[in-house]
This record gives sequence, C-alpha cells and structure tokens, in this order.
Amino acid sequence: MVVLSLRFLFIAPVFFEKYDVHGEMSRVPAEVMESIRKNKVCLKGGLKTPVGGGVSSLNVQLRKELDLFASLVNCFNLPGLPTRHENVDIVVIRENTEGEYAGLEHEVVPGVVESLKVITKFCSERIAKYAFEYAYLNNRKKVTAVHKANIMKLADGLFLESCREVAKKYPSITYNEIIVDNCCMQLVAKPEQFDVMVTPNLYGNLVANTAAGIAGGTGVMPGGNVGADHAVFEQGASAGNVGKDKIVLENKANPVALLLSSAMMLRHLQFPSFADRLETAVKKVIAEGKCRTKDLGGTSTTQEVVDAVIAKLD
Amino acid sequence: MTMAAFLARRLIGNRSSQILGTSSSSSGAFISVSRAFFSSTTPIKATLFPGDGIGPEIAESVKQVFTAADVVIDWDEQFVGTEVDPRTNSFLTWENLQSVLKNKVGLKGPMATPIGKGHRSLNLTLRKELNLYANVRPCYSLPGYKTRYDDVDLITIRENTEGEYSGLEHQVVKGVVESLKIITRKASMRVAEYAFLYAKTHGRKKVSAIHKANIMQKTDGLFLQCCDEVAKKYPEIYYEKVVIDNCCMMLVKNPALFDVLVMPNLYGDIISDLCAGLVGGLGLTPSMNIGEDGIALAEAVHGSAPDIAGKNLANPTALLLSGVMMLRHLKLNKQAEQIHSAIINTIAEGKYRTADLGGISTTTDFTKAICDHL
Repeated sequence: MVVLSLRFLFIAPVFFEKYDVHGEMSRVPAEVMESIRKNKVCLKGGLKTPVGGGVSSLNVQLRKELDLFASLVNCFNLPGLPTRHENVDIVVIRENTEGEYAGLEHEVVPGVVESLKVITKFCSERIAKYAFEYAYLNNRKKVTAVHKANIMKLADGLFLESCREVAKKYPSITYNEIIVDNCCMQLVAKPEQFDVMVTPNLYGNLVANTAAGIAGGTGVMPGGNVGADHAVFEQGASAGNVGKDKIVLENKANPVALLLSSAMMLRHLQFPSFADRLETAVKKVIAEGKCRTKDLGGTSTTQEVVDAVIAKLD
Repeated sequence: MTMAAFLARRLIGNRSSQILGTSSSSSGAFISVSRAFFSSTTPIKATLFPGDGIGPEIAESVKQVFTAADVVIDWDEQFVGTEVDPRTNSFLTWENLQSVLKNKVGLKGPMATPIGKGHRSLNLTLRKELNLYANVRPCYSLPGYKTRYDDVDLITIRENTEGEYSGLEHQVVKGVVESLKIITRKASMRVAEYAFLYAKTHGRKKVSAIHKANIMQKTDGLFLQCCDEVAKKYPEIYYEKVVIDNCCMMLVKNPALFDVLVMPNLYGDIISDLCAGLVGGLGLTPSMNIGEDGIALAEAVHGSAPDIAGKNLANPTALLLSGVMMLRHLKLNKQAEQIHSAIINTIAEGKYRTADLGGISTTTDFTKAICDHL
C-alpha cells in the first residue's frame, strides 16, 4: 500500500518491477526471487508471519535465500518529533541468517520441545566485519557487541570472540560489550551512550525494536537487509502494525519509514543527491508537524503525508 | 480430616503440619488456627542470606524496619561458605539449602559468584535445588522519584528453570556451536498457572503472554498453548498474546498498556530488566522466586556493589521492597502495606535519599526515616 504511493513519488531514474506478495503464501514466488536476483535491489513492504506454525516466515526465507546477512536499522530522533529520549542516534546491525532463527525445532517426547540456536564463526565474523566497516565508512566512533555470554558461554562466546578479532583491525573505533538485559535497561535510561550495535539474530530484533520505540516508533525508522550481492530495503523495525488490515483500509499507515528506507536504497544505488533531496523533504514534513499519521499523534492519511513530501521536494 | 482442619491447612499453608500435627478435634484445630493466624507473638521463621558487599548493611536495614513495624520474624541467618561444599558442588552449603527448605520462606541479598570453574554459580544452585520455577518482579513508578515514565504498574513473571538457560551447548565442528532451548509442557503450565493465580489474588485485570512463536513455532508455540489452556480457567482475566519485539516497542512507548506479563526464561530476563530500567533501575526493584511446595525466596536483584560496601551509602530500597513481597506472601498484609507506604512516602518526600537517587543520606539515615514514617 505504502509502496504504491511511492511509485508516484520517484523522481530518480529508478524503474520498479512491482510484485504482490503476501504473508500467508508458503513460499516467496519464484518469479519474485528471479526479479530480485536480476535487479539486485528491492524495496519491500511488511510481510506478516502468521503465528502458530505451519508457515515459515517469508521474511526469513528471503533473507536466507539471498543471503542477506546483515539487517540494519537506523534509529534516530527526528527534529520536531518529541519523544521521551533525546540524542538518540543508534544503528543496530543484526546478524540476519542464523542464531535463534535457524528454524530447527523438534519435539523430543510429547510435552518436551527443543529449539536449536546455531552460531558459526563464519557468520559472526561476517557480521562483525560489516559492522566495523559500516562504522568506519560512516564516521561512527563506537561499536558495541550485545550478547548473553555469561549464560550461553559457547554460542555467544563464539560471537564475541569473532567481534573481538575484528575489533583489533579497527583501532580507531572504540569497541565494548554489553549483556543484552543490561543493554535494554541502558537503552531506556541512557540511549545516548550507544552508537553502532552489533548483535546476533534474536537480540538484534529486540534491541532494534526497543531503540526504534524510544526514538519515535517503528513508523519512522529506515532499515535494510544487505548481502554480498543483494539488498532489500524495508521499514527498519516492523513490530506491531504489519498486516493490520484496519490500518490499511483507513489509510493510516505511516509511509515515513519506507520513504527513508528508499533514500537508503538510493544511496546504495549511488544516487546520493536524490537520496538527500528525499530525506530533506521527509524531515521537513515531520518537523513542520502539520502532516502526520496516527502513530505520530496526527490525523493525516498515508496519501496526505506522501503528497506533502512530494510538495516539499525541490 | 475435618472440614475445619482442611480449611485451616489451606489458610496457613505449609506451617499447618507444625501446628495441627497433634490436634484431632475440629474445635482444637480451629483454636490452633486462630492462634497461629492472628498471633503476633509466634515468630515466623525465615531464612536470611545477607549476601556480600553491601548485603549485610541493607539486611540490617530490613531487620530494623521490620522490628519497628512489629513484624515478628525469627531470622535464620545463613552465610555462604568459603569453600566449595561437595554435597552441593557450590559455595552454597547443604545447611544453607536445608534452612530454606525447612522455613519455606526467605530473603536474599546480593551474592557475588566467585569466578572460577568446577562449581556451579550460587544463583543456579539455589534455583535448581529449591526448584524455583517462577521469578516475579513488580515494576511500578515510585511517586516522588521521577523518571521518564510515570505510569508504569506492571508485573513480570518469568519462567526460571528452562528455556534458553538450560546450559546445554556444544561445539558441533570447529567454528560451529549449537545451543539448545528447551520448553516443556510441565514447566510452562506451572508458570502459567502461577501467573494467573497471582493476577487473580492481586486483583490484576490482564495477563499478556510474551513469545516469538511466529519464528520459534514449536517451542514458543508450546508455551503459548499452555498459557491458552490456563487462561480458559480464568475467564474474568483478560488474556492476550504479544510478540516480543512488539512488546519491547510498546513498553518503551506506552508501558501503561501492560499489567501482568508471563514469559519464558530469556525474554523474561530481558523484559524484566527493561521494565526495571523504566522505573529507575535495579536499585529499586524487588523480586521474588517461587518454588514448588510453597517455597518463596524474595531477593534484591542488584549486585553486591563492592565499591561502596561498608561505607553506609547503600540504598536498601530493593531489599526492603522484596521483604514487603515476602510479607505479602506470608499474608501479613497489614504490616506489608505499612512498611510499603513508609518507604514510598520517605522517597516521595525527598528529604532522605541515598546517593543513587540523587540524595546525600546514609543507609542508616534513610532507614531511620522509614521507621519514623511507620
């Protein structure tokens, strides 16, 4: 729905191949996968994963098949949008392919179920390298690794080892580690202490959503899933409103997150000036405060916000 | 057994065997009940682990406040050993454990787990040996102590024995590690039952089960199933299921949306600390661990703070509030309420606050102020 509005928005030389995919589908259709592999870049709306089993998440499928090993969420305060916390500017880089999301579960005997969490040196090293490289290229000062290695000594221990090794190669970037429960506590108390955070899969999900919540909500945070060859951009943290038909029907969905993600996509495609124009327009609309959807405390519809952004583009 | 004796046994819980042991007539049972239930002179035996670091100072605080409030507790003070006890494979001795098993109720200060191998952590030993299956942590905004969130009033109930903390990990091949997360019907039912019972007895309206069953379909799916089943038995309590990432986000945006939360181990760990952060940190957070056979061990979850130990600077609030939880468990509600109000009023007044709350009072001053407020 939001993506539809976006197509009218695009002033950059980008041509969209549009596909309809829904969360209830059991697999991502082959033609869609083909298209993404060919084009290498994709913009995606939220896909709801039904609770209760039977269908494996399409989001996870996409990530695994295209090997989109890094999920990025940039959580920052938007000028003009008041929140309880100031000075938030956190980038959460989350390992996207393994960990708790390996999908390997089985019933041992009736009433006893096991789920495997898999951590490999290969993936941990990969994500750590990505995180430090990102920090380096974007002038970030600090990388924090989030873990629970006091309890999961081998699994998270391996993750930490990999991070420490990579950290040695970037002496100009400060590296520290924090246990995930303390991390969440610190996020709600002093979020300004965090810069770039690198995490395994599950903690990344929680930390990203917490950080998004304190910085203004999931309706405004951009993000992307990046692999060696492909990139899929979508709303950064998508808890809560994915798949809610009521919001779609009433036109209340917030397009800001996807708009900012498209700006990220434009940068990725080496169109920085278009990306800047889009971002500036979106930020101006938010700062003005006149045109906001319900989750930001306003009454505008999705289309109204998009129109306002188009109007601000110069 | 007669009806009265039956009722008596349910009312006074496990201490009934001590009191009703020899009485056989119904009137005898009734008299014994009233004596036990209303007597303020029969001391209740409770185990106290002062702990390390600031532990002894804040434990002293608790004893003072309780005495000032006429709570007659015969504290059975237990100290952790200096060597590993081979019977328990930890620094926690057999006597320590027996004390809690006998008294059924206890209060624990912060314990520093000595670093090293070859022994179990103290907390793990307690949990396993006493079968402490539920960790209950009420988080509410303290009036007078302002944080960014003023309307927090929720309770997190966390499954404490299995899940991701089963400690079952191994290296498959070099560079590949597996960690097992176990969810059983038995443990999930147990904690779900406790959560709904707690909600009912404390007049709470809503229970939210937190999960990630869209990804971990079988494990969290089983947990949810158990919660669903228990929920059916409590139709008057509103029951909902919330995915954990959504829960984190809602908590930081609007914590008033939640009432009682019940969760498996890992999520419980993270969410309960997140909630503690919302109201002011671990220095103010009480908690209680519930075990089978009615065992309840209240504990302060903060650390032993060795850097301020012995300097009379520690904040006893967390241990005091945990003590209040213990009193409520023992059904000494009147005194629990008295002490609770005294603590809240002292903090709200703002004249006596310890350093971590932004004040300059010492532990003893703060304690005295609370006693005065009783």
